[in-house]
Amino acid sequence: MASTSKGLFGSSLARKYWMAATGLFLCSFLVGHLLGNLQLFVTGEEGRLAFNEYGQFMTTFPVVKILSYVTYISILLHTVDGIMLARQNRAARPVKYVKERQSANASWASRKMALLGILTLFFIVVHMKSFWYEMHWGALEMDANGNKDLWTLTVTAFEQWWYTAFYVLALTGLAFHLSHGAQSAFQTLGINHPKYTPLISKTMVAFAWLIPAGFIAVAVFLFVVQPGQAL
Amino acid sequence: MDLTLKIWRQASPEAKGEMKTYPISGVEEDMSFLEMLDYLNEQLIDQGIEPVVFDHDCREGICGMCSLFINGQAHGPGRKITTCQLHMREFKSGDTIYIEPFRAKAFPIIKDLMVDRSAFDRIQRAGGFISVNTSGNTIDANAIPVPKESADKAFDAATCIGCGACVATCKNSSAMLFASAKISQFSLLPQGQPEAKERVLNMVHQMDLEGFGNCTNTGACEVECPKGISLENIARMNRDYLFASLSSNK
Repeated sequence: MASTSKGLFGSSLARKYWMAATGLFLCSFLVGHLLGNLQLFVTGEEGRLAFNEYGQFMTTFPVVKILSYVTYISILLHTVDGIMLARQNRAARPVKYVKERQSANASWASRKMALLGILTLFFIVVHMKSFWYEMHWGALEMDANGNKDLWTLTVTAFEQWWYTAFYVLALTGLAFHLSHGAQSAFQTLGINHPKYTPLISKTMVAFAWLIPAGFIAVAVFLFVVQPGQAL
Repeated sequence: MDLTLKIWRQASPEAKGEMKTYPISGVEEDMSFLEMLDYLNEQLIDQGIEPVVFDHDCREGICGMCSLFINGQAHGPGRKITTCQLHMREFKSGDTIYIEPFRAKAFPIIKDLMVDRSAFDRIQRAGGFISVNTSGNTIDANAIPVPKESADKAFDAATCIGCGACVATCKNSSAMLFASAKISQFSLLPQGQPEAKERVLNMVHQMDLEGFGNCTNTGACEVECPKGISLENIARMNRDYLFASLSSNK
């Protein structure tokens, strides 16, 4: 048998490995991001100085910088690869069924991964414009310690109801995306075992809901407390 | 019972198809779904209308020839059955039943409800076999020790009848469940080891060439499979392909 395989680049399975690997890496990124956000529960001048110090560290510490580049590349790869997969999948059925009961055998999230992914990407673009772009190239005031005042930018953004509403909606979409993706990434990488899979699936589904819930909790807290008004 | 059938009619592979409506009465609940179609065709022939073309062969659930997407599901309602094992008692008098062919780019329609599933044969030919000496000194398969669990799993994978319900059901028309079953039935056994790497690489490559979609792990295939082929096989194929790609010399 002459092997004609495209191996780890180009084959349908390889494309899925990259989706799974980048997806799982982005899950780990979410954990780090959430831990940083939890600092926003500390309000007042003390909270502001600590958060800005953290912002300064996150944009200058070399290890974090390297990780941030891996994150950008992962988002890009996950997006491009996902679009290519979705296009192939559409092409694989040129004539649609007149009557199709997809809900009879598969979960909603698993069938809407591309849509949920595009929503998440749109959110990432808006989110990065709001904070990442402003932190790097915007005209931010300095705080008492001489760090860029990312804190004020953040809390004032979430004091607007529509910004918080959009954020909650986007993170809910992400939760659905993760509820399928985070656990199915293991299946894609070939990890399916009667002893461990039930635990992996439960853990990853819990992850999928709890992590976005954490982000939402911070956003809703900022909207309710309005810590920017107190200073 | 009286039924309204909405059936996909398409004169040839190139022709544009459409759903046509056929009222039918006198259907008995003991008829199988295919017998109901036979009964319809008798009436169509009497009326001078071209009968509906559909795939069928053994009519006892083991050949994988019957297909049909019935009311939005491969092989119709009910689990772990083929269309020949579906009976009209699953329906009520007055029901409207949608009958469509299995739809995938890799399964072109030949006529009406009959589709060409030879893409599966080509995947099988790319590596779904073992090379053994059959010149008279063949080693008895039973002389090679095989763990019971492996033998059972290989047998379960081998029960795949290649009907294509997995492809028809999958939102991406992916053939992963079929290919993984045909790979697993060998990769779990010692006899399958000498060609294991080439097998998984070549069969996956052929699957890609045929124009099937990719796996989103929705699990729909496993639910609709008449033989209950497990998603474990897909994970095994993913794992074997990954290792084969990394370690293959080619």
